Amino acid sequence: MYDIEKFYQARSVADAVRALRADERAIVIAGGSDVLIEIRDGKLAGCSLVSIHGLAELEGVERTAEGEIVIRAGTSFSRIANDPILLRTVPMLAYAADQVGGPQIRNIGTIGGNVCNGVTSADSASSLWALNATLELTGGEGTRLVPIREFYTGPGKTVRRHDEILTAIRIARADYEGFGGCYLKYGKRNAMEIATLGCAAMVRLTPDQKAIAELRLAYGVAAPTPMRCTATEEAVRGAAITPELLDRIAQGALNEVKPRSSWRASREFRLQLVSEMSRRAVRQAIVNAGGEADV
Amino acid sequence: MGVRDSIKRVDAYEKVTGAAKYTADLMPAGALVAKVVRSTIANGKVVQFDLSEALAVPGVVKIFTCFDVPDIEFATAGHPYVLDKAKGDVYDRRLLNERVRVYGDDIAAVVAVDEVAAARAARLVKVEYEEYAPILSVEAALAPDAMPLHPGVRDTNLLGQSSYRIGEGTYEEAKHSEPGLVEVTGEYGTQTVQHCHMETPQSYAYMENDRIVVVTSTQIPHIVRRVVGQALGIPWARVRVIKPYIGGGFGNKQDVLYEPLNAFLTQQLGGRLVKLELTREETMACTRVRHAIHAKVKALARPDGTLIARKLEAYSDQGGYASHGHSICANCVTMFKQLYHDQRVTEGDGYTAYTNHATAGAMRAYGIPQSDFITECLMEDLADKLGMDPLELRLKNCMPQGYVDPSTGIHAYSNGIRECVAKGRALFGWDEKRARYAHETGDIRRGVGFAMFDYKTGVYPISLEVSNCRMFMNEDGSVSLQMGATEIGQGADTVFTQMAAETVGLTEGNVHIVSTQDTDVSPFDLGAYGSRQTYVCGMAVKRTGEILKGKVLDYASYKLKKPAEELDTEADWVVRRAGREKLLPIADLALEAQYSRDRAERLFAEASIDCHENTISTGCTFAEVEVDIPMGRVTVLRILNVHDSGILINPKLAEGQVHGGISMGLGYALSEELLYDEKGRPRNDNLLDYKLPTAMDQPDLEAAFVELCDPSGPFGNKALGEPPTISPAPAIRNAVLQATGVHFNTLPLSPQKLVEGFVQAGLIKEVGPNV
Repeated sequence: MYDIEKFYQARSVADAVRALRADERAIVIAGGSDVLIEIRDGKLAGCSLVSIHGLAELEGVERTAEGEIVIRAGTSFSRIANDPILLRTVPMLAYAADQVGGPQIRNIGTIGGNVCNGVTSADSASSLWALNATLELTGGEGTRLVPIREFYTGPGKTVRRHDEILTAIRIARADYEGFGGCYLKYGKRNAMEIATLGCAAMVRLTPDQKAIAELRLAYGVAAPTPMRCTATEEAVRGAAITPELLDRIAQGALNEVKPRSSWRASREFRLQLVSEMSRRAVRQAIVNAGGEADV
Repeated sequence: MGVRDSIKRVDAYEKVTGAAKYTADLMPAGALVAKVVRSTIANGKVVQFDLSEALAVPGVVKIFTCFDVPDIEFATAGHPYVLDKAKGDVYDRRLLNERVRVYGDDIAAVVAVDEVAAARAARLVKVEYEEYAPILSVEAALAPDAMPLHPGVRDTNLLGQSSYRIGEGTYEEAKHSEPGLVEVTGEYGTQTVQHCHMETPQSYAYMENDRIVVVTSTQIPHIVRRVVGQALGIPWARVRVIKPYIGGGFGNKQDVLYEPLNAFLTQQLGGRLVKLELTREETMACTRVRHAIHAKVKALARPDGTLIARKLEAYSDQGGYASHGHSICANCVTMFKQLYHDQRVTEGDGYTAYTNHATAGAMRAYGIPQSDFITECLMEDLADKLGMDPLELRLKNCMPQGYVDPSTGIHAYSNGIRECVAKGRALFGWDEKRARYAHETGDIRRGVGFAMFDYKTGVYPISLEVSNCRMFMNEDGSVSLQMGATEIGQGADTVFTQMAAETVGLTEGNVHIVSTQDTDVSPFDLGAYGSRQTYVCGMAVKRTGEILKGKVLDYASYKLKKPAEELDTEADWVVRRAGREKLLPIADLALEAQYSRDRAERLFAEASIDCHENTISTGCTFAEVEVDIPMGRVTVLRILNVHDSGILINPKLAEGQVHGGISMGLGYALSEELLYDEKGRPRNDNLLDYKLPTAMDQPDLEAAFVELCDPSGPFGNKALGEPPTISPAPAIRNAVLQATGVHFNTLPLSPQKLVEGFVQAGLIKEVGPNV
């Protein structure tokens, strides 16, 4: 039995925004895989909920005429993991969605909830950072687009306003075409797991496939919010694929990340994973981009 | 038909379809809901409560605090009652405790009309404490100036202690007994884990005719009745306990958990129906856990591997209340001497100390997984030092045929440990793999490891072993079978059915076992624990079945006008003993016996067993692992348990029991550990943060058996319930040793611990930002 004081099922996004404006205590619930846990814990006991669960306008994935990928925020992880458009264009993201929890959680949990929750361990977050995703927020004052790098303001905190709903996640054509990607999740078990570290690497190769035209390296749980190793990415632009390249990238990542010690994992252990996973993810991304990693 | 046949579980259909009724399924509508208010300190005293806000919550019926409960201390362990109270369990807790000894201790209870109101009120109870520094290690607990946590029962925090020295002289003297001895010393430790049975503890209670009825998820209904009576200070038969199907227990429900409090609440509320259901978090933090045991060990051997002497000092973390107490550590110390024979002397000392951790109690194999980790790490490290094959070292020293434990007098009436090793060695391809992985290099390495164990069957002579069984024949020739022994998921109802069918001469379809225990109706029994039921309770089924069969044959003799000695029963028929010719369907006999105007007779039987026997089961684990060194990850590629558990009553169920045990052992080896912060507060009392392995984390689990007939078992059988979980953890640890050369001496082999170990061993270069 959940301690929910008030529950409103919105009929549309506009209706949800209106309901949120009418109740400043109200919080948004979609799949409920995070919110219900907090209610049960007592942290959100007696809460007022505005549900956007099941709104058709929030579900689905499409590719626009310009090649932009639009993922509606209410799309479940299992749908994302199996979506033909995503499997063709950004398979890394589909794979990342398949790493969340277990089958039941993936059936109910939504990618929008995963992002809005604002936690550094969210499985989709590092891939979305690597993909330079743009977040579409719809509120009382209309719709605005926020680049993902400006979305997170701290652990569990984002720029989303009380009356805003995340309606879509957009990925521009230039941010996926020509890239090979790889997401690695490190968990202490193979399912029902929160990431100890997540690493997403994307690589675009030079036409001769011998050098890095562009690298994107993103992490979850390597800092209080998901992050990109932008200095490292710049430093290896144009670098030839050599055995030393992976060492440079790993060291670059180590210089940029800011993991903390907690009872879940020490800083030293996370640093070891940052280093090793950068190598493995980048190596695989090079292969997925059509290159050869073992040169 | 009968024993040795893999018949389908008698409860399979009900459980798979969801038709089987568990406590929550039986709960009548309209129950009041109880919620325990838990301390937010680990060590201290409740000074006072402010209940004003909590009582104002709509729907709250009443709040009871530690100042409202009877002035009675009671013991919760699911042990038989001991007539000499001084020798029995330790009476050290009340229904609600004013003196707080664990984080989350039971200090008050809210009763409300629903869960929301109860939870709201529980959060609003304000408590003033006198707080003391928490004692969070055995070492701190046994320090000379440590505050005694239970001055009423012990002057210090030493709850229990046991010692033995078997052989001649001491370990120290043995060192110089001959030249050239090799010594290995080590410290090995096991962690705190929790049972994680699927169904959390739950019960409901009400009063009927001035008696308290408690329906509860327990392994030990008759013991629960006694402890409820003791805790409330009322005659025991004023309590009736009903145990429906339960969703696992693994020893946690071999403790009397919240039934006494639930009974007290209904008693105080005029007999109103009150339910008390724990959350997963409460179950993990506030019921029972497995004892963490830390040990210092030494071994002396000749260069050829002959063991000369060993010594064990074990320190066991009891947590806040005695529960099963020192029994677990004593068991741990005992196995150390049983499994291997030392030519000169074996010394063992065990200490159990109260701390402010969660209370430790019974958990599957009762101190032996801890003991086996310690014993088998030591043997492996000795083999490593001597450069011997680990199997050869063990075969040279392990329990001899005809072994009798010098302290307990327990006989190994059968001993198949050597057969287990031989069978597993061939099935697993040990020699070939051991050689193949002898010189692994690189980031990803493989290895194989081994561990063996022994385990007694039931609890005689340490505790009472009694069991009772009742059967009556129905008019259609079927038998109703009533046991006090409990089905807790292990398949007890099925094997009792097979035993009854075998003994009476029926097919299984004509045996109807009553699964539910009701202390008003069921025969007395102690319950499911100690791998005792197929052995001890099997004896009760066998004897009862023989009595009933005698009555059937007597009636058949009357009806067929043939001497009973010439008759027998088989598969629902009375047959001629010689030639097995079918003479009379038992169904016809039963109908006539019931309604005959010449000789009407109820065909029934009841027998009481006072078992004065025990015997030893053995077995071993072979494990193959792959270690990803830079990622600190162990993948178990293959794991095989071989068991010497006597004759298998139901081979398929036996295999299932082994699979479950190995699975539990995998978590113990690699990932499970309850963690506490510096205040004694559990950090990971939920199934996300506590890493119970999932189906995705396990290889295929393999089981094999050597079926030696144990002459003391009712059907040649001996313990199998607990043993499968004992040896996987040391076997995996030993496989990691072969793969990497690194000795990990504490459980679990978690990723961070592995990385730290590999950094220390120079297998990983330490990394960090450039400064």
